Amino acid sequence: MSEIIASIGFLQRGPFSIPRWEAVFSNMDVLWQGALVTLLVASLGLVMALALGTVIGVMSASQWKLPRALARAYVEFYQNTPLLIQVFMLFNAIPLVFPGLFIPVIVIGIFGVGMYHGAYIAEVVRAGIQSIGRGQLEAALSQGFTYVTAMRYIIIPQAMRIVLPPLTNQAVNLIKNTSVIAIIAGGDLMYAGDSFAGRYGHYGPTYVIVGLGYFLMCFPLAVLTRRLEERTRAA
Amino acid sequence: MEAFMNSPVMEMLTDPVLYIGLGYGLLLTLQIAGLSIALSFVFGTIIGSMRYTGLPVISHVATIYIEVIRNLPTLLLILVSYFVLGLPAMWAATIGLTIYTSAIIAEVIRGGLNSVPTGQWEAARSQGFSFLQSMRYIVLPPAVVKMIPPIVSQFVTVIKDSSFAMAIGAYELMFKGTILAAKYWRPAQIITIYLVISLVYFVINFAISTVARRLQTKMSVGRGGIGD
Repeated sequence: MSEIIASIGFLQRGPFSIPRWEAVFSNMDVLWQGALVTLLVASLGLVMALALGTVIGVMSASQWKLPRALARAYVEFYQNTPLLIQVFMLFNAIPLVFPGLFIPVIVIGIFGVGMYHGAYIAEVVRAGIQSIGRGQLEAALSQGFTYVTAMRYIIIPQAMRIVLPPLTNQAVNLIKNTSVIAIIAGGDLMYAGDSFAGRYGHYGPTYVIVGLGYFLMCFPLAVLTRRLEERTRAA
Repeated sequence: MEAFMNSPVMEMLTDPVLYIGLGYGLLLTLQIAGLSIALSFVFGTIIGSMRYTGLPVISHVATIYIEVIRNLPTLLLILVSYFVLGLPAMWAATIGLTIYTSAIIAEVIRGGLNSVPTGQWEAARSQGFSFLQSMRYIVLPPAVVKMIPPIVSQFVTVIKDSSFAMAIGAYELMFKGTILAAKYWRPAQIITIYLVISLVYFVINFAISTVARRLQTKMSVGRGGIGD
């Protein structure tokens, strides 16, 4: 068996050779650590994006001009400029505004993806609110519901059904986009993989495993998105 | 006013070297993004049609491609093109973006085709339309209406994501700006450079997303609900 393997050239040399795979598998702890950082940045970033997105989405669906204009400006700026620049600006702006303050790169990553995807979630929330007719709220209020109970039992359940599929889709994009912090040495999965691969040249196997890591984080959410979409369509 | 005109930020902003550098960067950004969009449109149409056919092997290959690629970061695909495939930086960025964007466009194409009820197909065929004629006159018109707005807004994503090419040292707008910023040490100057680059991206992308939005409203109104 070992003679057969030894006679096949690409298993011994080249970018995907067996020794390279072995090297990667014996250093998996580096990649695990990176994956944990990615999960941390993604989950805290998602919390921030949801909070910001809800506030800005409600603002852009409001009847007053000023909050609507502010929300539009935020959404247009963040949707039309690269996340990478926003992260670089945060990186350089924080020392300008707060001289001497040390901010870990992970925190910049959380703020970066949180603010960027907050703009996308704001659009999802706005569309969800606007899809429920004004008449529904009025009908509920006339039937003796208070504003809060009308929201709780009439508006939000309907809006959620519309909002959930695009929200889970945003979560997938957010996880993938946390990889930009690798460019500013963020210590995430992409950075861990890239710096390990770069040190010994084991690019092939490392990228396969890094890719598998992102796939395992994103694919379940992508499946969930589709299930929710189908449910929405059926309703 | 005079103090402002002589400030370090103004001194930097009036230096033509900044604009020449950013100009070259913008050219490469547009080249990478333009090529990726054109290539992704071709491959996306092929892969999307493959999945739409539902034929055993062909549609499975397309489905696996789409599902795997959609769940990977674009940055990873660019790094793979550069380090594993060994392409030069500019081409690695173009191919990495193309691999990703083709999967997205394939889903848009398939979604558009699927939005036309099978009854319309059957009606067309029963009226004596050939496969190509039913495609051309019955299925494609409403399907294309559904496809165009998401494809146009995908352009914005490609232009933004072309900035990832700085990770492999392609001298596009983002990387050019970062190199220029390294000549200055004042945070205000560095932030100003990033603001200038943001403005360039913003003008291009805002124009495209405005067109996408117009198309969406115009088409959904003009078609009187056929596309719904």
